[in-house]
Order: sequence, then structure tokens, then C-alpha cells
Amino acid sequence: MFGMLGATMLLAFREIRRHLLRSFLTTLGIIIGVAAVITMVTLGQGLTADVQEDISGLGSNVFIVFPQSNEPDRPPPPFDDADVRAVERQIPGVTDAAGSVTSSARAFHNGQDWQTSVQGGDPEFFSAQSIDVVEGRGFSDAEVARGDAVCILGPKIVEEIFVEDAVLGEEMRIGNVSCRVVGVIDERSSAIGGGNDANDIVFMPLKTVQRRFLGNTNVQFFVVKYDDAYTPISIQAQLLSLMRERRLIQDGENNNFNIIDTGEINDTVNQVTGAMTAVVSMIAAISLLVGGIGIMNIMLVSVTERTREIGIRLAIGALAREVRLQFLTEAVVLCCFGGLIGILLALGLSIALAGAIDLPFLFNPMLNIVAFVFSAVMGIAFGYYPAHRASKLDPIDALRHE
Amino acid sequence: MASQPLSGDMRPGPAGAGEPLIQLEGITKVFGTGEAAFKALKGVDLTIDRGDFVAVMGPSGSGKSTTMNILGCLDVPTGGVFRFRGVEVQALNRDQRSLLRRRYLGFVFQGFNLLARTTALENVELPLLYRGEPKKARRAAAERALDQVGLLPWADHTPAELSGGQQQRVAIARALVTEPDVLLADEPTGNLDTERSVEIMQLLTRLNEEGITVLMVTHESEMAEYAKTIVHFRDGLVERIERGHLSGAPLAETSKGTR
Repeated sequence: MFGMLGATMLLAFREIRRHLLRSFLTTLGIIIGVAAVITMVTLGQGLTADVQEDISGLGSNVFIVFPQSNEPDRPPPPFDDADVRAVERQIPGVTDAAGSVTSSARAFHNGQDWQTSVQGGDPEFFSAQSIDVVEGRGFSDAEVARGDAVCILGPKIVEEIFVEDAVLGEEMRIGNVSCRVVGVIDERSSAIGGGNDANDIVFMPLKTVQRRFLGNTNVQFFVVKYDDAYTPISIQAQLLSLMRERRLIQDGENNNFNIIDTGEINDTVNQVTGAMTAVVSMIAAISLLVGGIGIMNIMLVSVTERTREIGIRLAIGALAREVRLQFLTEAVVLCCFGGLIGILLALGLSIALAGAIDLPFLFNPMLNIVAFVFSAVMGIAFGYYPAHRASKLDPIDALRHE
Repeated sequence: MASQPLSGDMRPGPAGAGEPLIQLEGITKVFGTGEAAFKALKGVDLTIDRGDFVAVMGPSGSGKSTTMNILGCLDVPTGGVFRFRGVEVQALNRDQRSLLRRRYLGFVFQGFNLLARTTALENVELPLLYRGEPKKARRAAAERALDQVGLLPWADHTPAELSGGQQQRVAIARALVTEPDVLLADEPTGNLDTERSVEIMQLLTRLNEEGITVLMVTHESEMAEYAKTIVHFRDGLVERIERGHLSGAPLAETSKGTR
């Protein structure tokens, strides 16, 4: 059996080599179909991963709550510390709630200066937003409670104004405030800043920014982190009713605040890439169908061309299924070649395109294996009829065929 | 593929010990149906013994080719009984007849019918491939068969690189490689000049002497003279059987003269 199959494979390779151009053109449909599917799915997965990484920069299982006007020309009232503490205390499942404010200022050190943003945030905020301090330390409880003039820098500032100097423990001036550097945060994906560079930032304790930069105790927005065991919907519903109550919103009146679910952003992105992939896959499926019909066509031509050969094989004792196997193998080998070329093409395309539109390239072995196996299945599906026809030839007629 | 589910049916006890190798009884063959029906064979009776060298002759349309197709198990009769090694072939299906051909029959055609762009050696190996012989055994047997027809030095040549006579010898080697009981040759010298024809006939004669039963269709009486038995066909019936020919007599001298 193996000898037979091996010989059949060899024969198939030889037939394909004999008609190299024809074989290539025949498999073009499959090449394009396979390449299109793999490229699109790979890019889609890259995009999803990219967005997920950005979102994980916002923290997972996190809601972001901020004031938003419900009527034109009427600014919404700000939040304050009491709102944040109420969320943390009153909603079961909430593990952390942390307020934040932002401002902007010029940073000075050793004759260098740089315009940057200033953000107030306590250790809870750092943890909810998954911001890691990689050098030095985070703010201590005492510093947070007193509103000390200490700061943690984004890598961009370090790069801009601490050209060759040590960073930790240095005194620097930010706006009118002189403060001491206690830490540096990790490099972060730039998408989080919403256009601003997320690494071009100075963090100080919330109270420090409120008092020394803004002169009030408002909280511009706050993040709510909750336990995995709770569903985002239940947390969101409670958050909504608690905030409406605290902000004295009547029934039927619109919210003057907004809640963003980072998980929802993720879902939206998944939906978009999913839809995109589905459309391209459909086009690819049509291409594969056309490719399959091409294979069938060329195999029928091949059977006609080689009628006499089939006659010889039958006369010397080949069984119908052996002739069928021969032509089926040829179709499958042809399709597998197409699939292989398609996979290689997709590899090149994915790497090139991912580079061009700045997405991570994620090689998905399963996807490639499935595409290859699918090519082989196409060979069986579209090669069966021609092979069957070959096997049903009458040896006497086939031998007489010119 | 080597496992043959039919081996029980096809090897009747002592492999054809007492009975004739081939028996045709009242064989009829009708092509087409109704008005267009054509009776190619009208009741052929013929018995061929092991070791015979039979030439089948007759004008075209006499039924000799149809008979050969039936004897070669390529076709089945419409009526009558065809026993080969005691097996009733008309009752076998397509694949069973394929197995019979694979095991006991070798074919040589007028048009050589070698696979193009395939070396002589590979052409000769082909029947063994379907027998599921391992590669080494295939190669050895094919080389032996090519040697038998004197073409071993041409083993790596494709049909296009060989003369007609050489191609026919490759075809004979392909028929021989399975060590068949019967060699069926359909106008084996039809496409060859006299000198090559004589070579082929001498080769067939030698093979017959070595024990292979040879059945040959020809319309050239010079070629038929090599046979031990000549069967004349006319209008779908056996007209006359000449037995007891001295194999290889007449043309052998002519060929000596031409050399």
C-alpha cells in the first residue's frame, strides 16, 4: 500500500513538473484564497492584540467615570473625593476607586525645560490603571495624605531633561512647585494618551495637584476597579444609580456623567475586526471555489489527455480505485502546493503589511495548518469527479484513444 | 494492494492440472442494441492448452480482435462460457478481471503503448507497481525482463529515444515482467518493418519455448507461420484451426538470408 502511494505521489509530482506553468495558473485561485484568508486573519489578530494591549493600559475590569454635560451650555458639576469614597464603600464588588486630575505645566531641571502634563493619582490609581513604577518607588501613604511635593516621571521627561544626570532623588521644578523625583514609570503604549504621548507625563499625589496646581478639591474623573466574580453589567448598573442619586438627578433626566467600560471597547474592536475578517473570508471563499473549479477543469483535461495511459494501466491490471487514487493524489498534491505557496505569500504579506500599518505580527500556527489541510480537502473535493471518470474508462476504448 | 481477495476463486485446486488453460464455449458478443445491434461473435468454440503458440487470423471484422479482448479479460462476452484456468471469467466484475490480468496475463499491442516520457525501465516496472512489489524487487525484475529482450543497455531511455522495434521489445519486457501464464499480442508486428518483425517473432518463439503460452492476432500469414496453432476467423466464427505447425520454420530462413 505504501509503495503504491509513494509511487503515486512521485507520479503526481512528475506530472505537475511536466506542466509547471499550467499547474501554477491552475492553483492561482487557491493561492490567492489561502493567502487572503491568512493575511487578513493574521492582521485582524494583530489589530485586536494591539488594541487589547492599549486597553490593558487602561486596566482590565475597569470603569472610567467622568462628568459629561446633559444639556448644552451647562457644564456638569465635578466629582469630589466623597464620590470616589462612596463608590468604593457602597458598591459590593468594587475593589478600588481612585480619582484623578490633570493639568499642564512646564518642567525645569538643570537648565533644561519641557512642557508636559501633570496628573494627580494615588497608588490605587496606579494599580487600577496598571501603571508600573520601574525605578525608585511609588508614593507613600504619608506623602499621599499630606499632599507632599514628590513626583514620578514618565520616561519621555527623563529623556528630555535629565540628559545625563541621575534622576531619583533629584529636585526639579514643575510650574511653580519644587518637587523631588521618587520614581520613573514604565514605557507605555502611546494610544492611551488619546493623541498625547502617555510617556510625556509627571505624576504627583492627587492632593498635591488639587491644591498646588488647581486650587480646588475636585476630581476630574475616577477609575473603578472591580472583582472578577462580578459582572460588568451589575457593577455598571449600581454605579449608575449611586451617581444619579449623589448628583440629584431626577427620574427621566439625562445623566450628567459618563461611564466607560474598557471591556466594552475591547468587544467593539473584536466586533469590527471580526466583521472585517468575515467579509474577507467570504471573498476568499469565492476565490477558493473558483480555484477548486479550476482544479477540476484542469484535472478533466488531464484525464482526457492521458486516456491512453489510463488504458495501458487498466490493461496491465490496475484496479479502478488505483486509477482513481492516482488522479486524486495529483489533485491533492496540486492543491497542497497551492496552499503552501499561499501560506508563504501570506507570511510575506502579513509581515510587510503589519510593518506598514504599525501592527504586531502574530504568527498563528493553527491558522496555517488549518489552511493547508483545507487546501488538501479542496483537492479531494474537486479532484474526485475527474478521478472517478478516469477510473470508469473502458480499457479497450481508452487504448484506442488517439 | 498485493492482498487479493479473490485468490481463492482464482486458483482452483491444482492450478489447471488436467484442464485446458483457456476454454471458449459458444461465445457470442453483440455490440449496440435494437436496430443498430451488431453481432461480432456468433458462437465461438476454442480450446487452448498450456504452452501453445496460437496465431489468430482473419479479415477485419471477422471477430478476431473481439475474441482477443475477451481472452485478455478486457471485455466480457454477451453469451457463452469463457473459462480461464477453470475460472468462469464472464461472471467476474471489472476489478476481478483486473486482478486476473495483473496476475496471469501480459499484453503486447500493435501501437506499443508505452508511457511517454517514462524510461524503459519504469515502463517495465509498472505492472509490478500494481502488484505492490517493493522497489528493489521491482527494479531487479524489470532489469531481468529488459535483459531477456536484449534491451538492458537502453533501460534509461524514454520511448521517444527508441526505435519501433526497441519499443515493442520494451512492451514485451513489460508483459513478461510479471511472469504471466499467457502473453497476448495484438498485431505485435503491425507497425514494424520485416526485419524488426522477424526479431519480435523470434523473441516470442523463444519465450514460448521457455513455457509461456502465446496468443497473437495478426493478419500477416508470414507472422502466423511462427505459431504452433493457427486459428482462422470469418464472420464471427472460427472457420478453421491448423494445429501442429513447426514453430519458427519459414521466415527464420528468410531472415538468415537478409542478414
